[in-house]
Amino acid sequence: MDAHEIVAAGALGVAGGFAGGLLGVGGGIIFVPALTLILGLSQVDAEATSLLAVMGVGLVGAWRQYGYGNVRPRDGAVLGLLSVAGAAAGVALANLLPERALQLLFAAFMLWAAVSLLRRALRV
Amino acid sequence: MRLAAIGTAAGFFSGLFGVGGGTVIVPLLVLWLGYGEREATGTSLAAIILIAAAGATAQALYGNIHPLKALVVGAPAVLGVVLGAAFQQRIPERFVAIAFAALLIVSAAFLIF
Repeated sequence: MDAHEIVAAGALGVAGGFAGGLLGVGGGIIFVPALTLILGLSQVDAEATSLLAVMGVGLVGAWRQYGYGNVRPRDGAVLGLLSVAGAAAGVALANLLPERALQLLFAAFMLWAAVSLLRRALRV
Repeated sequence: MRLAAIGTAAGFFSGLFGVGGGTVIVPLLVLWLGYGEREATGTSLAAIILIAAAGATAQALYGNIHPLKALVVGAPAVLGVVLGAAFQQRIPERFVAIAFAALLIVSAAFLIF
């Protein structure tokens, strides 16, 4: 890692964190490319390494949002614990079903959610 | 019941695609459980702590984590999340929803193409 790489990866870190605070996501969508394209990690190692940064975003983001009165801790704990169980099922199923079908299914979910959020937001 | 479904679905897709659960949790909390956008994002971040911690623990056992590089990205990210959360308090919730919809559409496009 030279200074340029550290600055560039750090800038993407700030951007990913900002998106995390604004939108309630972990920021991995930005951290992973920063780790592969700038810091030279393989895809697998980048996804693994990004989880540590995501943990930082979750911890500090949830702490700040709790201060603003925007966290329901019990619901968050239920969601988190069930997600861990669901992830195991997802990994198992990923090996059974065709990847393309799963990608299209998830894409369809995201488009439905986007349209629903927009309709709700623009209804005034 | 719906909360349980949301949590399981979020983990399921993150296991499949390595995406964080936030893309599933935030819209479903808003659309199914009537959360405000700010509450949905804050509660999602709390859930993400557990999801990322479990994933990071498993990955650490495989030796796939590079701690120094995680710090190079993660330390600035912590600054970013403080700024992002503060910014979110100053804009209408509708704008949060619209920005989230944009994120979903871009993510869907990446998956499709």
